[in-house]
Amino acid sequence: MLLTLCIAIPALTSLLMLALPRTSVGLLRGVALAGSLATFAVSLAILAGFQVGEAGYQMVEKLPWIPSIGAEWHLGVDGISLFLIVLTTLLTVLCILASWHSITDRVQEYFFFFLLLEAGMVGVFAAMDLFVFYVMWEVMLVPMFFLIGVWGGQRRLYATVKFFLFTMAGSVLMLVGVLYVYFHTVDPETGRHTFNLLLATEQSSYALDIQRWLFLAFGLAFAIKVPLFPLHTWLPDAHTEAPTAGSVILAGVLLKMGTYGFLRFCLPMFPEATLEFVPWISWLAIIGIIYGAMVAMVQKDMKKLVAYSSVAHLGFVMLGTFALNQQGLAGSLLQQINHGISTGALFLLVGVVYERRHTRLIADYGGIAKVMPVYAALFMIVALSSIGLPTTNGFVGEFLILIGTFASNTLYGVIATSGVILAAVYLLWMYQRVFYGELIHDENRKLKDITLFEAVPILVLIVLAIWIGVYPDPILTRIEPSLQLVLDHFQQGQFSQLQGVLP
Amino acid sequence: MLEFLYLIPLFPLLGVVLNTFVLRGQPEKLVGGVAAAMVGASFVVAAGAFFQLLGMPAESRHFEQELFRWIVVGNFSAQAGFLADQLSMIMMLVVTGVSFLIHVYSIGYMHGDAGFRKFFIYLNLFVFFMLLLVMGSNYLVMFVGWEGVGLCSYLLIGFWFTDELKASAGKKAFIMNRIGDFGFLLAIFLLWTTFGTINFREIEPMAQAYPVGAGVITAICLLLFMGATGKSAQLPLYTWLPDAMAGPTPVSALIHAATMVTAGVYMVVRSNFLFSLSPMAMDVVAWVGGITALFAATIGLVQTDIKKVLAYSTVSQLGYMFLACGVGAYTAAVFHLMTHAFFKGLLFLGSGSVIHGMSDEQDIRFMGGLKDKMPTTYKTFLVGTLAIAGIPGLAGFFSKDEILWKTFESHNYALWAIGATAAFCTAFYMFRLLFLTFFGKFRGSKAQEHHVHESPKLMTIPLIVLAVLSVLGGYVGVPHALGGHNNFHEWLLPILSETGEHAGAHHGVPTAEYVLMAVSVLIALIGIFVAKSWYLGKSSLVESLGKSGTRNLLYNKYWVDQIYDTMISQPLVKLSEIFARYVDQGTVDGSVNGLGATVSGIGGIVRKVQTGVTQNYAVIMSLGVVLLLGTLLWSVLG
Repeated sequence: MLLTLCIAIPALTSLLMLALPRTSVGLLRGVALAGSLATFAVSLAILAGFQVGEAGYQMVEKLPWIPSIGAEWHLGVDGISLFLIVLTTLLTVLCILASWHSITDRVQEYFFFFLLLEAGMVGVFAAMDLFVFYVMWEVMLVPMFFLIGVWGGQRRLYATVKFFLFTMAGSVLMLVGVLYVYFHTVDPETGRHTFNLLLATEQSSYALDIQRWLFLAFGLAFAIKVPLFPLHTWLPDAHTEAPTAGSVILAGVLLKMGTYGFLRFCLPMFPEATLEFVPWISWLAIIGIIYGAMVAMVQKDMKKLVAYSSVAHLGFVMLGTFALNQQGLAGSLLQQINHGISTGALFLLVGVVYERRHTRLIADYGGIAKVMPVYAALFMIVALSSIGLPTTNGFVGEFLILIGTFASNTLYGVIATSGVILAAVYLLWMYQRVFYGELIHDENRKLKDITLFEAVPILVLIVLAIWIGVYPDPILTRIEPSLQLVLDHFQQGQFSQLQGVLP
Repeated sequence: MLEFLYLIPLFPLLGVVLNTFVLRGQPEKLVGGVAAAMVGASFVVAAGAFFQLLGMPAESRHFEQELFRWIVVGNFSAQAGFLADQLSMIMMLVVTGVSFLIHVYSIGYMHGDAGFRKFFIYLNLFVFFMLLLVMGSNYLVMFVGWEGVGLCSYLLIGFWFTDELKASAGKKAFIMNRIGDFGFLLAIFLLWTTFGTINFREIEPMAQAYPVGAGVITAICLLLFMGATGKSAQLPLYTWLPDAMAGPTPVSALIHAATMVTAGVYMVVRSNFLFSLSPMAMDVVAWVGGITALFAATIGLVQTDIKKVLAYSTVSQLGYMFLACGVGAYTAAVFHLMTHAFFKGLLFLGSGSVIHGMSDEQDIRFMGGLKDKMPTTYKTFLVGTLAIAGIPGLAGFFSKDEILWKTFESHNYALWAIGATAAFCTAFYMFRLLFLTFFGKFRGSKAQEHHVHESPKLMTIPLIVLAVLSVLGGYVGVPHALGGHNNFHEWLLPILSETGEHAGAHHGVPTAEYVLMAVSVLIALIGIFVAKSWYLGKSSLVESLGKSGTRNLLYNKYWVDQIYDTMISQPLVKLSEIFARYVDQGTVDGSVNGLGATVSGIGGIVRKVQTGVTQNYAVIMSLGVVLLLGTLLWSVLG
């Protein structure tokens, strides 16, 4: 019941938004926060009830939904989705706090969309039914479209339409894939086609050429979301134009839909095709790491810089997944959570000065560590966690990804590791230009330091970042068995590939 | 005391927490006092642990303490654990001891600075990470300390961040170190794929199974050494260290002379069981070290900034330590590491005292005659200068001489000649510095002359303690040839693997050793004599080497910074700009431009939405959700 609650609470709260008077802004904000807090509490209960050491799905809920087509309300959580769900509910709370003062226009609709988005995101991660998954995937798209298009920056129209088109293109292809899988999956009890993910995975022994097409159909949708080079060009625009909270959710959760998709669908269902695509995806991921970092380095807009850094970070995540060993997969999954924490915090931080100065251009700042010392210190810690300095979360994730990659392919490992140097370059260079030196602009002389209200969400993320950096064991022990299951399945795939070769 | 090993790094960390959260707005004495006391407490625990180890039989002098599972995934395992053995014990004592003195000194030096509390937070944090570095029981914990000290170095170099140059120097240090760390990381990966573990004491016996010259071992060693060249400022990654002098002087003394920069030497000695299996890697280490020793010393000959001279001197002395490692004289390397920590720490603190007294003047052309105005500083500085120049009886003599002797003994005559030449340069530039600073007439401004004063006790007492150590520190390793027992060597011997250094007690007539000793003393004396005849009492010769091409080359540090800038930094930025402007927004995005027409079409819809029908969409959306949940409910009930 907990998982349904985790979707129902935000969905119902979002409906409640529409029933409340649109002028009582305080009430709207309060109810939205209460709803998101309740959802977060439920996700913590899920975390607490999670059985450590178990690989399969837990807290499974299965109710008939549309029996005529074999779609069921089928939810569950395993090591792969557990922390992504908690991350989603946590970031939503923090985002609502960050929107408290900054969103003053159409507050009602804003929170309506935001909570609806949350319901969709949790749904995607909790779905054990391809139909539910696809519906949730689409449910997510619409609120994000409006969040960017209505509350975004100056070029929001261009950005949001681009976002919409890219994502829709992927979704349509995925729908074809979902339907193909549906028509090749049969429920042994009813003898009819089903969307059941477990059965779909179990019965997925497609011929190699079919696997290739299916991998591409699903994979393209996911690769756009990740985004994998060269499908990334929607991201800098969407990130830059979205309101702060939109950027946080976009980077923190929405990009993970892509990497999660690969892990949940492509690897277990199309293992042989996955093996074939390893070099392609690995090279694109490596290009993303280096290219993303280089392009980030020369950005003039802070948000764009952070956006391109996401391209590099997600390159690491993809590389780890396709290392196809325990270290790579664990690092990749952990880094998905880490990226949500670090990049989420970076966007929140950029939002703080944007609220004050209404510019994101690096050149408009300089020397502000002098007037905003606490802000500067928090920014430094978050930047270090994004760089992946040891004792922060980023290090553990990147290290596992790189050692896993190195073990499976030395060349990939060596090239990707060089990306570690560039990450330091672009962030420290931006930091220096924004915070160090003399205060050159008079407008910055009177900048107020970060307030406690603004700092709380960032502090929460910093505590998590250091906790994961120092003691990641509680997370690693929970995710490992489920990842092993993916790998087991995978080795079966390799096995059957061998069988196919034999007469 | 060994069971309390974890307290050694914990105290400085506690200092960080206290100063960050509890001691806000408290007086300087309390802030600095707490920070210093924490490091002092670490020293006491370390000393207790040392005596406990000393009381144990030589071959069982090691103690491993596992704290918790850190990163364990599949067959990869990195525990958070510490190792106390002969090598790490020396490092713990040197780090905590010297750090304590420098903390005390800093209370005086940083007096009145707006960032006083921040300074001590960073300094404590540095000690914490440095202790992780030397105490870690596996390569990954060592790497945590390694990166952590790099961070503190970055923060402290750019401590006065309103100065753009200082901030840039910090960034440069961080990035150059990261280039080295790239090698270190790859070494860790390769260690794990080769041995299945990254724990020092587990790898050691396994490594013995490999033949001398095994390719994978050589690769590991070279990658590790790449990391060392970054952290310990060796060719080609040394250029950050002279720039790092932008930091407050106690930082230069602690981080950029006595402790952090020696981490590379510690790492190589820690991995001696690997290096000793790879003659090729050893040659690389020896030659890079030797050449760096001479190269940096020549630059030091003509520098005019007091801290820059000492910085190049540090690069050069670190080169000696690697030279020692490369010829297999690991104990000599650690010995020199320790004595260098004393006398170079002393020299830097002395220069800080001078800068303090001279109202922040750092150019030795505008000093002179400070001997009488700052007597304690002068006397202690003289001791440090004599020690580094290799005058018999002082610490530097024993350690440097051992390195040169071992180089000669291992038949590396060319490297010996390089080392000896560097020793001549060392004696010359140090006495040039001493004469220009403390002798002759005062060449600064009237205001400076009026203000010059000896530093307060908080600063001079650490100077005196370090001066005493710069003399006595050498006597733990008096060679057999001079009737000593080289206790230092004996103490360290058990951590060296079978293939490593063999017992150095060649009994017999050490004629060659005597001759070489005499030669190196003579070289030092000639260096001092040349410096004396050129600089003492001849203020006209301050710009001594004239305007010759050689001088220009040296003064501009062989143009290495400029070469790196035009060959690497600028092309990288250019290429990135091309990527950003033409590739990303041109080609990649351009392929999507076909959608442009569609964009404007859909744009119309969004405009409508924006003009007030959002609510309609919201209603439609919510209807969808209601439908979804309704169907669900229906199915449940039906």
